[in-house]
Amino acid sequence: MSNVPVNNGRRRFLTAATAVVGGAGVVGAAVPFIASWNPSARAKAAGAPVEVNIGKLQPGQLIRAEWRGKPVYVVRRSEQTVSNLAKHDDQLRDPNSEKAQQPVYATNAYRSIKPEFLVALGVCTHLGCAPTHHAGDFDQFVEGVPNGFFCPCHGSKFDMAGRVFQGVPAPLNLVVPEHSYINDDTLLIGVAQGDA
Amino acid sequence: MKNLIIAATFGVLISVTTFMSFTAVASGPSIQLDKANNDLSDKESLKKGFKTYINYCLGCHQLQYQRYNRTFADLGIEKADGVANYMYTGEKVGDHILNTMPEKEAAKWFGSAPPDLTLEARLRSPDWIYTYLRSFYIDKSRPFDVNNTVFKDVGMPHVLQGLQGVSTIDEHGNLSPAMGGSLTAEEYDVVVRDLTNFLEYVGEPNKLERKAMGYWVLAFLFFFFIISYFLKKEYWKDVH
Amino acid sequence: MLMKLATDFMGWIDKRLPVTDAWNKHLAQYPAPKNFNFWYFFGSLAMLVLVNQIVTGIWLTMNYEPSGAGAFASVEYIMRDVDFGWLLRYMHSTGASAFFVVVYMHMMRGLMYGSYQKPRELLWIFGMLIFLVLMAEAFMGYLLPWGNMSYWGAQVIISLFGAVPIIGDDLTLWIRGDYVISGATLNRFFALHVIAMPLVLVVLVFLHILALHEVGSNNPEGVDIKKPKGSVKPEELSKFTFHKQYSDKYDIVDAVPFHPYYSVKDIMGVAGFLFLFCWVMFFAPEGGGYFMEAPNFTPANGLKTPEHIAPVWYFGPFYTILRVVPDKLLGAVAMFGAIVMLFALPWFDRGVVKSVRYRSKLHLVNLIQFAICFVVLGALGTMPATPTANLIGVIASFGYFGFFIALWFYSKNENTKPVPERIAD
Repeated sequence: MSNVPVNNGRRRFLTAATAVVGGAGVVGAAVPFIASWNPSARAKAAGAPVEVNIGKLQPGQLIRAEWRGKPVYVVRRSEQTVSNLAKHDDQLRDPNSEKAQQPVYATNAYRSIKPEFLVALGVCTHLGCAPTHHAGDFDQFVEGVPNGFFCPCHGSKFDMAGRVFQGVPAPLNLVVPEHSYINDDTLLIGVAQGDA
Repeated sequence: MKNLIIAATFGVLISVTTFMSFTAVASGPSIQLDKANNDLSDKESLKKGFKTYINYCLGCHQLQYQRYNRTFADLGIEKADGVANYMYTGEKVGDHILNTMPEKEAAKWFGSAPPDLTLEARLRSPDWIYTYLRSFYIDKSRPFDVNNTVFKDVGMPHVLQGLQGVSTIDEHGNLSPAMGGSLTAEEYDVVVRDLTNFLEYVGEPNKLERKAMGYWVLAFLFFFFIISYFLKKEYWKDVH
Repeated sequence: MLMKLATDFMGWIDKRLPVTDAWNKHLAQYPAPKNFNFWYFFGSLAMLVLVNQIVTGIWLTMNYEPSGAGAFASVEYIMRDVDFGWLLRYMHSTGASAFFVVVYMHMMRGLMYGSYQKPRELLWIFGMLIFLVLMAEAFMGYLLPWGNMSYWGAQVIISLFGAVPIIGDDLTLWIRGDYVISGATLNRFFALHVIAMPLVLVVLVFLHILALHEVGSNNPEGVDIKKPKGSVKPEELSKFTFHKQYSDKYDIVDAVPFHPYYSVKDIMGVAGFLFLFCWVMFFAPEGGGYFMEAPNFTPANGLKTPEHIAPVWYFGPFYTILRVVPDKLLGAVAMFGAIVMLFALPWFDRGVVKSVRYRSKLHLVNLIQFAICFVVLGALGTMPATPTANLIGVIASFGYFGFFIALWFYSKNENTKPVPERIAD
């Protein structure tokens, strides 16, 4: 292929230098094109943290909030429900929340900041359907467990800490988003405890 | 040789005509504009301008393409400080800087709806804004009793009258203060300069970033040119 | 081992697609005259700018909204909310002006060295078609930001079609798709700007290069580097190997393979060009109000004309020719005529000597006066119409057309200098 009479060291060095510097230039020029695919200021503004008023939430009640276009389930768990959580650990895939489906501050037995309140994305970890909350009649799906979430799409089951049961398609516990409390009545979804 | 002469003639011609047409356009409007001499890197000035904007302008003029949080970040305003001192109507920090004036009603009140000012500094130039805000004078024939030497028969009242006071115009078109405001003329110029500065910033929020990046890019390309020049020279030894 | 793998792979490909052969034919063994000067950078630079426009254009469509209600705001969205959106937009807007700078220089090169003459007439025609499509592309692109100058500029140019006898009014209505320029116009211009025109442009550029490689590049001396087979002594032949397609038919002298000699030279040209380009883009993206006009920073408003409607600078020469003719139809005819003249240039020039270096003093003077008139017409096109400007415009228009007419007359029996047989070192 060579159609050049000489190919000395100086020539090889300059060719390599031009190729390297030119290549660096091309990589640099690619940065704006790649970076422009990041969420824009508009997307970030739309995905800003959401405040939820939980002052009037009754024990056992669930409310849905919307954050970054996804449903977030906020449930006030009764003391009974919280104490029942440990009883079916042997039926769960990941009872101790070892997989990183929750922030560090929610990696505990009840997967939340306050035992009373569960905050979890209402998005099944199987294929993204929204599980339904069954209060009192969940034992039709899992014997002896009165409350839980059942995904109507493919039958995945989660307990009241969003932990997935064994023998269902969903592989992981429900995601607990970053959240924090502004005061006793106000929950802030999207900002970690301590960052607000 | 001959083509060099043509190249040179061509080059000189292009530059002369370009220069001529630039000056022709620059001297287009007959009104002499004062130099704003604002400084985009002066964050204190920008903050004061922002404050003046919120207090005096936003009631009528939106900045519909500019967001609060972007402005806070660029001007070095803490979020909490920004929410407390620059946001009055309970928006979110990610929102655009809007007002609640109904456009149709506003058109009735002022003759035409007050324009959005996000791009005003790019549309008219900072010098224009700086001069305009200092060129109101008493004219009883106008709906708000004022007129402007830069913007004839403007529909806008002299919103900063409390600060500047008000001027009268003589038959040569010169303005002289008739009644003082709460500020001296020099203090008022500073307020207007800060406001102009802020509006230039809003017109292109990334202007400083753009220039800063430009130096690096030019330095890189200069370096690349030098290397490629030597590479070319090396190869062309074969030919010459 | 790795080398053998690579050779085997290329062998496999070459049996199925002539990649190596095409590489040799068009780059590594393409004979290019050894005496290209400064003016020969602009061909490769035009290619560079075309790629820039296509790539940044694709990226802009990712966030641009082609609708009357959303276009202006979406441009500001790109400028503010999209990461580096401002840079992508400035690359595209500065690129548009740079494209015309480069193309005008490229055309001037053709004029100076007679690159349009036989046998390169078709090559020139393809080039002119590229120029024409480029103007359409730029015009439609200028409407997309939906600023007030976009709007009124388009209004003026579309009105030109109203000059067509009988069907004029219906024609303008059809082009706009509405009684005024509206979202309907914007949408069709968007479709043409991002899909139709670029496709045509790329095909034409391909044909332009194919035609160039068929006849071979001209050079500043206008001396042919391809001599009849067997007419050159073996020791005077070029020391380089050229592709059989060229060396089987001709004896090639005073040539170098395009790659690496002109590829390294063009890389240097690209670096120099990018330096100037980035200078403008980073420090004066508005180009002093010529690349981005101030009235375009306010949204399109059909009830408020800007004080002074000027087309973007690169349309200046043709716009002035239109404007100085005091009749709508004749003005439009003169404007299109100015472009037709360029198309017909290979037939206006009846001379056989190509380069201005060996042509008459008269031709040199004619060429210079043409260049001056073109630049003056361009400058006038961006200025308000005054009686003085109009008078200068008329004179420059005569200069423009006069170039072609005069050329036709004197080129038949021109007092040329002897053209050397070979390109001197």
